[in-house]
Amino acid sequence: MPIDGALLEIEDLNAWYGESHVLHGISFDLREGETLSLIGRNGAGKTTTLRAILGIVRNRKGTIRFRGEDLTAVPLHAIARRGIGYVPEERGIFASLTVAENLVLPPVVKGGGMSEEEIYRLFPNLAERRSSQGTKLSGGEQQMLAIARILRTGADVILLDEPTEGLAPVIVERIGEVMGMLKARGMTIVLVEQNFHFARKLADRYVVVEHGRGVDYFAASELDAKMAGLAEQLGV
Amino acid sequence: MSILAQQSAATGELRSRLNLLTLAAGAVAALVAPFVIYPVFLMNVLCFALFASAFNLLIGFVGLLSFGHAAFFGAAAYVTAHAAKVWGLPTELAILTGALAAAALGLIVGFLAIRRQGIYFSMITLALAQMFYFICLEVPFTHGEDGIQGVPRGTFLGFVNLDNNLAFYFVVLAIVAAGHFAIWRIVHSPFGNILKAIRDNEPRAISLGYNSDSYKLRAFVLSAGLAGLAGGTNAIVFQLATLTGVQWQSSGEVILMTLLGGIGTLAGPPIGAAITIGLQTYLAAVDFPVTVLIGLIFVVCVLLFRRGVAGEILAYMRKRG
Amino acid sequence: MFCIPYVKCLPLVALYGQLLLGLINGSFYALLSLGLAVIFGMLRVINFAHGALYMLGAFVSWWLSITLGIPYWGALIFAPLAVGLVAVLIEKSMLHQMYRLDPLYGLLLTFGITQVIEGTFRYYYGASGQPYPPPPALSGPLNLGFMILPIYRAWVVVISILACLATWLLIERTRIGAYLRAATENPVLVQTFGINVPLMMTLTYAFGAALAGFAGVLAAPIYQVSPLMGTNLIIIVFAVVVAGGMGSILGAIVTGYILGLLEGLTKVFYPEASNIVIFVVMAIVLLLRPAGLFGRAA
Repeated sequence: MPIDGALLEIEDLNAWYGESHVLHGISFDLREGETLSLIGRNGAGKTTTLRAILGIVRNRKGTIRFRGEDLTAVPLHAIARRGIGYVPEERGIFASLTVAENLVLPPVVKGGGMSEEEIYRLFPNLAERRSSQGTKLSGGEQQMLAIARILRTGADVILLDEPTEGLAPVIVERIGEVMGMLKARGMTIVLVEQNFHFARKLADRYVVVEHGRGVDYFAASELDAKMAGLAEQLGV
Repeated sequence: MSILAQQSAATGELRSRLNLLTLAAGAVAALVAPFVIYPVFLMNVLCFALFASAFNLLIGFVGLLSFGHAAFFGAAAYVTAHAAKVWGLPTELAILTGALAAAALGLIVGFLAIRRQGIYFSMITLALAQMFYFICLEVPFTHGEDGIQGVPRGTFLGFVNLDNNLAFYFVVLAIVAAGHFAIWRIVHSPFGNILKAIRDNEPRAISLGYNSDSYKLRAFVLSAGLAGLAGGTNAIVFQLATLTGVQWQSSGEVILMTLLGGIGTLAGPPIGAAITIGLQTYLAAVDFPVTVLIGLIFVVCVLLFRRGVAGEILAYMRKRG
Repeated sequence: MFCIPYVKCLPLVALYGQLLLGLINGSFYALLSLGLAVIFGMLRVINFAHGALYMLGAFVSWWLSITLGIPYWGALIFAPLAVGLVAVLIEKSMLHQMYRLDPLYGLLLTFGITQVIEGTFRYYYGASGQPYPPPPALSGPLNLGFMILPIYRAWVVVISILACLATWLLIERTRIGAYLRAATENPVLVQTFGINVPLMMTLTYAFGAALAGFAGVLAAPIYQVSPLMGTNLIIIVFAVVVAGGMGSILGAIVTGYILGLLEGLTKVFYPEASNIVIFVVMAIVLLLRPAGLFGRAA
């Protein structure tokens, strides 16, 4: 369902890992400043959707239009320069870099990002441990770092893959606060999330992904009405 | 991941059909050739065909790239030459001694090299072979730069006079054929299947309970011994064993033969050996540096022609069905 | 006199002389294995052509001197640049195709390239060496009292250590180094951050090659400039790299110097074994600590 003036338009996107066909024509649009949550079972194609948008999965067909530009022809390293930041599921903190080096690794791609000082004020844990090895941090701290390093770059669209996976409730709450703040700053967010309670506090709209397709689209206001059906669909 | 994941997909039936065809063609060619072409040249080709096939046993069927195989070929040449000339052993026993010495050397090199995997394995074999080269340079029995010269050809099994090139040719043909038969048997035995399983996925083979190091070492020793069989025979043919045989350049040549002919195919290494030896012999007569050409063929093979001659033929036949 | 009981006695001066020679060889091992390690970390390619690029560095210096009259100091800058440029051409035209293949193909390709380069030089210049004198400012001996030290040799040791340290600092302490370390760990993620990893790979190869070229310039006045000067060296450097383990930059440097010194000592006490001592050490390391002195088990 195309929307006029969408920031990111995904249309009939197919993607393959080697021989296996993972995305079967998923479509959705993303509006400026909104938080869109991709929900679905494990293996439904949510992570692959993010990876296909970024070009990590090169073998793909369909439309990925960002601010009117076709991203499928843009090289992997040039996509971030358009202002798209990525927080991968495995967090991707580098063992051979200190916390501070991890934080400043992604180059600044746009004005309006947070300064190092602001980030350290937001995440005091990271400030304390700025000279430790990146992977010596706890899981929660690594997740904070993975989000923090994108905040510095000035990216205004952020793709987050399962940010709460495997984390303690206190930390999930903290990440929720940070994301609430990002939303308030006008950041556009695509959130892949299994934790429904977490997603519902943030998401404006939902896309239900199944077998590499978008099978249902609805706004946050419709969530309660959809809840029973979803519980069955997602097996939660 | 193995160096020839793309080749192992070849269907067995097609392979055996092609192998049978090549075998028949090869047999006819081998019987007629010495009456048309200078037998000493052919014997050289045959020895290197066996050498390349022995090397291919490792790279093609275990996925191990030995960058020091000349050590085994060259070591056997020295030992065979010494045994025939100084100890006065009968030719067949001298060659056998050489092959056993190469296998023993293979046990030492292999034991050290399999402690690391992949690219490190190649670097270790290269370094140990270079060490062996320096040892050959120092010890008296190799006679340094001169090598062991004037090795008697003698008689084979006491009745075939090897000073007759034509007779010797058929003896070499028999030795090389026996060597290839041994390789064929190894590859198609249960032992060979385990080797291929290790090549395709070593962690999986280990998880199935196979001691992959022990299998790799056994394959390495077999390959070294067969390379030694080729080297020992070659020393008798030319009545000579020199440092050239143990140089790293020779290790490079055998890799080239196998790559050019087709890694992981049984017919490939002999084809590659014939082409390479032919080119070298031809180039010796013209003013073009052999190493440059060998380097160029290497580059072209790696960039464009990774399946080699036999691999390409196989792929073509598969496409035609 | 300096004695090891039951082995050998010899004048201290001879010992110092061999130790200095060992230190110089160690400098070349360190510079070359450092470059190999940096290239391998990023590209997953063992650069067999490293010895040929070292030889190229020496030849460019010689050629600059006899045709353009550019002295040693100019060669120290231009020769590594020229070698780096050759490396860019190699990477852009051929090597980059190897990254998605088994690493063995990278070794085979660079082996082939080595044969072409060395074969061509041998064809035109023969196996004999061309003389290349040290610059006047670094010529002559320095009397230290306990030994006579050729100034140029001291210079090579000092400048090599500085070059190794500078490389280490570049990789461990700068932003570019952080990109390199991160891309070595996870190139795809680094690309999603907007860093041009393919370009970094080209530059990394060029940098490693330039280090080899730099070593070649340093070597030119010590050894003769000959087409074969890199051939045997690269195999020794492989042994150094196996013994040291390629995981650590500092490890590559330290192992290079240690093995160079050990080789020098062997020349004093048991010269027959000096050619093989590094390989023996490699074998012992493989037996006791297969991952290498500074390596981490895979």
